[in-house]
Amino acid sequence: MVDATMLPEVTAAGVIIKAILILAVIAGLAGFGTYIERKILAFMQRRLGPMHVGPHGVLQLAADGIKLFTKEDIIPQHANKIIFAIAPIITAATAFIALAAVPVFPDFTIPFIDVYVPSIASDINVGILFVLGMMAAGLYGPLLAGMAQSNKWGIIGSARTAIQFLSYEVVTGLSILAPIMMVGSLSFVDFNNYQADGALWLVVYQPVAFVLFLIAGFAETNRTPFDLLEHEAEIISGYVTEYSGMRWGLFFIGEYANMITIGIIASVVFLGGYNDFWFIPGWIMIIGKIAFSFFFMLWVRASWPHVRPDQLMWLCWKVLMPLAVINILITGLVMMIV
Amino acid sequence: MGLEQFKNRNVGTQNYKVLDLEMPPITAMEKFKQVVSRTFKPELFAGLGVTLREMINALFRGKMHTTQYPFEKLPISPRYRAIHEMLRLLESGHYRCIGCGLCEKICISNCISMDTRYDENQRKEVTEYTINFGRCIFCGYCAEVCPELAIVHGGRYETASEQRASFSLFEDMLTPIDKLNLQQEYQGFGAISSNADENIKKTPLAY
Ligand code: SF4
Ligand code: SF4
Repeated sequence: MVDATMLPEVTAAGVIIKAILILAVIAGLAGFGTYIERKILAFMQRRLGPMHVGPHGVLQLAADGIKLFTKEDIIPQHANKIIFAIAPIITAATAFIALAAVPVFPDFTIPFIDVYVPSIASDINVGILFVLGMMAAGLYGPLLAGMAQSNKWGIIGSARTAIQFLSYEVVTGLSILAPIMMVGSLSFVDFNNYQADGALWLVVYQPVAFVLFLIAGFAETNRTPFDLLEHEAEIISGYVTEYSGMRWGLFFIGEYANMITIGIIASVVFLGGYNDFWFIPGWIMIIGKIAFSFFFMLWVRASWPHVRPDQLMWLCWKVLMPLAVINILITGLVMMIV
Repeated sequence: MGLEQFKNRNVGTQNYKVLDLEMPPITAMEKFKQVVSRTFKPELFAGLGVTLREMINALFRGKMHTTQYPFEKLPISPRYRAIHEMLRLLESGHYRCIGCGLCEKICISNCISMDTRYDENQRKEVTEYTINFGRCIFCGYCAEVCPELAIVHGGRYETASEQRASFSLFEDMLTPIDKLNLQQEYQGFGAISSNADENIKKTPLAY
């Protein structure tokens, strides 16, 4: 692990390049994620998935993009037009702002112009709180979108957003508190260094916190067991019922960027971060971990039924929150004794 | 399974099985136990296992189900009733239809129309023969009634066309003369059964 003092100075140019990189790569990945999702879900049902646009359908993303861009942008007559228009931007923007404080790629220096590009766009000392707060603020998107579109399914969708938000947020915070206590810092870099040099991954010390965080993360990204906001079989499309074209696309980019963020947090906080593992270099490890957590979300979507809103609330407040509190108590006691 | 089991309406005599379901928990302790057992039973992972197994089956064991339809087609039953075909006699290559008009008569949607005349050998010749496929309901009566096994159903089930009422002419349905050796005997409605020879009884001469 390189000592932090030995790293070159972070310049504004480096941060800007980093920001553009994150935007480009994650937006591309988020779009590509829809293709991967369709393929994996198809394979799990022994189907082929998209096949016709490009070899094995890899250019499906381009076809979808053209469709989304050229679709008519409809704002319903009785909708609150301003809020309706900015709601998707809130979701997408907060998802990318959250990515500003997580380590996305390893740091590197651009050779000829000698600009150092850091691994985190901004390594703030309350990194975890900032990321979780931003992702939570992202739920304003669905909430406002559902209420602004004057559609009953949208209203139900935003009511469910509120329920979901009230349920999982407490679990996210409490579950990640135990690792924070052990590391004694809120910065992702400290989490990474804590698990460096052959130290055990935090998931070994904190299996309960890891499981709780995963459950809350699924709720945070509205992935399948908790995809209450837009469950097609029940409420048409929930908060996106009236959206079309690129505004709808922004919600999706936000959702997939959030999935990647949750994958990054889970890998950095619990799964050893971007440290080298045995002989595998760190950047392959972190990509592998993020890819696996992405795959896991799709795998779960293919396998498990989704829960009702009241069941989610019951689960979060009556089962997961007490477990999280007990976990924190035990962690505290063990830290006091050892 | 025989039809008798479905026709048995006497409640209590059928082969119904009573599932061995547990009673729902009533006391708080029972409810707690149910939550704990449901939490720690590996049932969720069984679900994950099933989907992963199917994915491996599909990707590596060649059990993918998808038929890429316009490029691949599933085989259809020889008894399938799609667009009609007019068959030819295998020996002479002449069309089998004798112009009897039974198919036109029996067609319940009245979509066959034909015209005939006597040719120079005083043999009936079909001059006009069209089927209006905009009205045909593919019931198969024409194939069943035809005494010569001349009109049969083929396997061409893609019937989209520019016109709502698309007609087929006699020549369109007739087996092309160069494909005569590929002509298949129809197995479906109206065809003779495979054991027809056994069922034939000799008619006594003095009858
Ligand atoms: S299949 Fe039925 S409806 Fe169609 S032409 Fe034959 S008899 Fe008429
Ligand atoms: S029933 Fe058969 S033989 Fe008679 S007119 Fe129709 S196709 Fe020809």
